[in-house]
Amino acid sequence: MSFSIRNLSIAFAEKQVLDNVSLEVGTGEFLSILGPNGAGKSTLLRCICGLLHGWSGEVRLAGQPLGTMGVRARARTISYVPQSVAHRLPFSVFDFTALGRYPHLSPFSTLGREDRKAIEAALDAVGMLPFRARRMDTLSGGERQMAMIAAALAQGGRILVLDEPITFLDYRHQVGIMQTLQRLNREHGYTVVAVNHDLHSALHFSTSLAALKEGRLVRQGSPDDFRDEAFLETLYQTPFRKLHLEGRELVLPEGLLP
Amino acid sequence: MKRPLLLLMIAAAAMAVLAIAPQLGGHRIDPFVPGLPELDAHIFYHLRIPRVLFAFVCGAALSLSGMAFQAMFRNPLATPFTLGVSSGASLGGALYIRLGLGFALLGVPGITLFAFGGAMLTLAAVYLLTRLRGGFGTTTLLLAGIAINFFCSSLILFIQYLSGFGDSFQIMRWMMGALDIAGYAKLLQVLPFFLAGAGILSVLVHDLNLLLTGEELALSRGVAVARTKKLVFLAASLLVGSVVAFCGPIGFVGMMAPHICRLLIGHDHRWLAPATLLFGGLFLVACDTLARTLVPPAEIPVGVITALLGGPFFLVLLLNRKGGADL
Repeated sequence: MSFSIRNLSIAFAEKQVLDNVSLEVGTGEFLSILGPNGAGKSTLLRCICGLLHGWSGEVRLAGQPLGTMGVRARARTISYVPQSVAHRLPFSVFDFTALGRYPHLSPFSTLGREDRKAIEAALDAVGMLPFRARRMDTLSGGERQMAMIAAALAQGGRILVLDEPITFLDYRHQVGIMQTLQRLNREHGYTVVAVNHDLHSALHFSTSLAALKEGRLVRQGSPDDFRDEAFLETLYQTPFRKLHLEGRELVLPEGLLP
Repeated sequence: MKRPLLLLMIAAAAMAVLAIAPQLGGHRIDPFVPGLPELDAHIFYHLRIPRVLFAFVCGAALSLSGMAFQAMFRNPLATPFTLGVSSGASLGGALYIRLGLGFALLGVPGITLFAFGGAMLTLAAVYLLTRLRGGFGTTTLLLAGIAINFFCSSLILFIQYLSGFGDSFQIMRWMMGALDIAGYAKLLQVLPFFLAGAGILSVLVHDLNLLLTGEELALSRGVAVARTKKLVFLAASLLVGSVVAFCGPIGFVGMMAPHICRLLIGHDHRWLAPATLLFGGLFLVACDTLARTLVPPAEIPVGVITALLGGPFFLVLLLNRKGGADL
């Protein structure tokens, strides 16, 4: 499912957080959003997920203006995985994933066969079926993130929006999450949008990238368009260096090199 | 499939308590004994049964409101009492008594309306205060509640000071929380509020579950969060306001019952809400029975009993709380 953003602007307390951002994302794309801290990346995700008010411009999900969609219809189209949920979640993995079915349930209905199938499929897609009876609070950070993604999948939307899905995770889980997202994108056809601070995984896993700086979209293009030291230097305000290693091209911040 | 069984057991326990409680009192009355004296029959059917039912409804109402607050603020210490909502309602009630008003609107007694208004206003104030501090941390929440409690208590004292002896005593006695009613009139008056409040909450069980995962996540899952919160406020005010109007602020029921039910049946409100309703009712009936029988022929105000049980429980909860502010 595709979505488009046109002239999206939002200000919080006089501060312009997003300034005329326009972005097109086609069906089946895996878009990574880069940019320094405070560039408005999370705000952009929140806007397209309908979590913020007071923005101007136009957001369309599958051609339909976000403003005309009800909250439940929007939730059935686009799913949001927040950066981190700090508080305790007193639910089992299955029950938490089941909460993702909310936009398909009426106040008195219980989970039907359809819902159970969707929940199990979601848990299976991220390899969390064996964890179904575990409490969310007892999971490691990576397992917890997987469960968050499963709940987002159970919601039924075809657009998956994630805010820094691998920040705070160890390397094994970083790889696991990114590979899972790639599989969801390639094999299950989800449109994936993720804010990512890790340049490597963003370049490696996504089909396209966008960069935000001070609330403005400064570049949208293919991974190759972003293997550009000069551009990255202006984006992050620190020098970058391109390295060639066993036929692979790596771009790294100069300051982190030995 | 453990939860349906647990719920059934709680329901059975509630039934048992409802059946036994009216038989206990100053002296035991067995209604099935042939040739029941007329006086005993009157005491049983016109004093004890309505009182027990009334206690059940009040306990259920306070517990349900506590459960809703705890989900919405994601905090086990959020209750009508700790949030200051009870004192707000009390202030409304005290004001009504002091003003010597005696009106009713569409059959609703004025004191109920005043208590309801007080509950609504304090709830709005607590909510705004926590909003300003940007969060529902335990500290913020309890501090806001304490501030409001003090404020309302001072105003009540002020009102008492200005009142004559009669009004003052009436206010004080009422503030202790008591369930001494005779006949079915009060029961029938509190019932519509209870049904309305419980009815609103019953359509919100899924929403409450999602609010527990955080407001933003709930919104992203399609919960109309702003509307849900308004409905929860309305329901809680109906429940607390009506109970406080009729029997004064009965503390701690709204904290203990939902918490014990959570330990028994888990955090899923589809199960937790009916369990809390039943257990809260059962709990207050039990406390009231104690209050009626502990030092016969005198009656201890039931608020004294619940506070005696609730104080230590509150401390245990506060000391045992893991992971900071959250449930």
